[in-house]
Amino acid sequence: MNTVLENQSATTSAAAKTVLEVEGLKTYFFVRQGVVKAVDDISFSLKAGEKLAIVGESGCGKSMTALSILRLVPDPPGRIVAGSIRLDGRDLLKLSDAEMRRVRGNQISMIFQEPMTSLNPVWSIGIQISEAIMLHQDVSRHEAFDKAVEMLKLVKIPEPARRAREYPHQLSGGMRQRAMTAMALACNPHVLLADEPTTALDVTIQAQILDLILELQERMGTAVVLITHDLGVVAETAQRVIVMYGGKKVEEATVEEIFETPLHPYTQGLLAAVPHLAAMSGLDATLPTRTRLKEIPGIVPALVNLPKGCTFAPRCAHASDVCCNEFPPYEMKRPGHGVACWHADKLQGDQHA
Amino acid sequence: MPDGNTAAPASVPVLDVRDLKKHFPVRKGLLRKTTGHVYAVDGVSFSIERGQTLGLVGESGCGKSTVARAVIRLIEPTSGEVRILGRDILSLSKDEMRASRRQAQIIFQDPFSSLNPRMSAGEIVGEPLLVHNIGNSRERAERVAALFDRVGLRASQMNSLPHQFSGGQRQRIGIARALALDPQLIIGDEPVSALDVSIQAQVINLLMDLQEEKNLSYLFIAHDLAVVEHISHRVAVMYLGRIVEHAGKRALFSNPQHPYTEALLAAVPIPNPRIKRQKRLVQGDVPSPINPPPGCHFHTRCPYVTEQCRIEVPPLIEVAPDHWAACHLRQPAAVAVA
Repeated sequence: MNTVLENQSATTSAAAKTVLEVEGLKTYFFVRQGVVKAVDDISFSLKAGEKLAIVGESGCGKSMTALSILRLVPDPPGRIVAGSIRLDGRDLLKLSDAEMRRVRGNQISMIFQEPMTSLNPVWSIGIQISEAIMLHQDVSRHEAFDKAVEMLKLVKIPEPARRAREYPHQLSGGMRQRAMTAMALACNPHVLLADEPTTALDVTIQAQILDLILELQERMGTAVVLITHDLGVVAETAQRVIVMYGGKKVEEATVEEIFETPLHPYTQGLLAAVPHLAAMSGLDATLPTRTRLKEIPGIVPALVNLPKGCTFAPRCAHASDVCCNEFPPYEMKRPGHGVACWHADKLQGDQHA
Repeated sequence: MPDGNTAAPASVPVLDVRDLKKHFPVRKGLLRKTTGHVYAVDGVSFSIERGQTLGLVGESGCGKSTVARAVIRLIEPTSGEVRILGRDILSLSKDEMRASRRQAQIIFQDPFSSLNPRMSAGEIVGEPLLVHNIGNSRERAERVAALFDRVGLRASQMNSLPHQFSGGQRQRIGIARALALDPQLIIGDEPVSALDVSIQAQVINLLMDLQEEKNLSYLFIAHDLAVVEHISHRVAVMYLGRIVEHAGKRALFSNPQHPYTEALLAAVPIPNPRIKRQKRLVQGDVPSPINPPPGCHFHTRCPYVTEQCRIEVPPLIEVAPDHWAACHLRQPAAVAVA
């Protein structure tokens, strides 16, 4: 187990190096009804060992961003139409399929939401993990299986040697997600994409899995992109946050700034719409018992043939003529805090007043 | 037969459940011999007063959805007593039961599979009226239009099919259907769990407004503790088929008395990056309800476990005024040192 970790000490010390750089990424789906701009001009970068969260509601393009990075977008109907994705300086979009296969699961890997559908039901989990290891490392089947058992021990599965011979249906939901994590980390990737890794799990199991992912990413120096809709999970795990809406990045800042001085009306609405556990959040427990939650009116837009203008304008209380005509440019309003909103300056002023 | 609109005397709870049990047989082999039982609900008691919300929380497999279905006999309870407005519904015949469902309606979690895809939204909402033979077709259409308006849908959408609605709108259709018969009790089985955050807030507000308007009682089942805290008056926590703690929401959330409630609260991520959660995580998974552990079901994961917990089932006792917990480490209120 120690060998796995020692290999990584070099990466950890070389922190602040950019490992993943996504620029102007556009992933469109060409369907009968028109063009679905699932990912529309997304740019961000990720430093070694950094924890970045992408938040948004269903259909905002957050999962498609992750699938685009791994070049797993179903084609047809989907296609990456523009942009670049540089992993350790190498543009993944320029690689051949064979070269891409050597990158996936090796330098960059992914944990999916549904461990039951993303594990193969007819192979034992030990075999599945060793398959990933043998694909990328020159080891025998036997050595790979031993390494798989070692990985299962690393993700704290009790009796790893016995569990390695079990099939996915024999494991509980939490154990399956541990096995997925073991598989994703088996080749010490530089970047781990976690797409709603705890959404299907119960809250006590969710806490265990989040702890595990954070502990391992710290020990192995892996950079993590966490995709989620749960703002509580974001607050506890991420250092930096990207908020997506309608396929576009609408805000990016440190986790403290996003929660304390959000600039985009959508981010503000999202934060106000979540009920808080009063006792646990340090809120006054004597507040009126049952208050109304702040709603964001309307519904999440369908991404087919979006109208021009800001995608959030139809639901926004601050929307003006310019919002309905032109999508606002993404601008830095404070160091490390960017937002795409015509009224961000005004909203920022309101907050300080 | 009591009419749906007659108000019961204030002293009679809208829903009163005593020692409800539901055991599912586990069958194996060629002859389908019963080899054991899933103790899905194992002796659950609670009651809900008029205009009140009881939140029922627990992790998957704890039996909360089985409770929801058993109290309106969508599945037959194995034993126990269920009274709706004082009337024992487990002794009713099929026809009588159908009539009494006017008073208790259910909203399901999945707005995709709980609406018939071949019926228009208007037909779905109007079907309960048809089943109970209420009004003529014009009156029914008017009632459906009024319901659409009340839950925030446009009457012009009445002819659309479920797939033409978004998830939040579909849940509104489900709510309108539940309201059609003017029930006193609405059972919500994870009614907002499948919705996006911004839509979830809309539906929670709608449910709370309706409660105030019509003095409805809710049995609100959910796994999201923050949502339950927001909407409930009282909260019951279930673990492996039993209620382990039951109290007013303020008392339960600020001063949990059962180690499982404590663990649940400690596991909820807090949407505030400045607050670092105290890490007191319970280890392990929920055991299988087929062969639940003896004694206190939680003893396999409990950090405070004692020898007694492994052998004896702790009774649900009143540890503080109106605060019930099933834990050997707690004393009855009279004996407890304040």
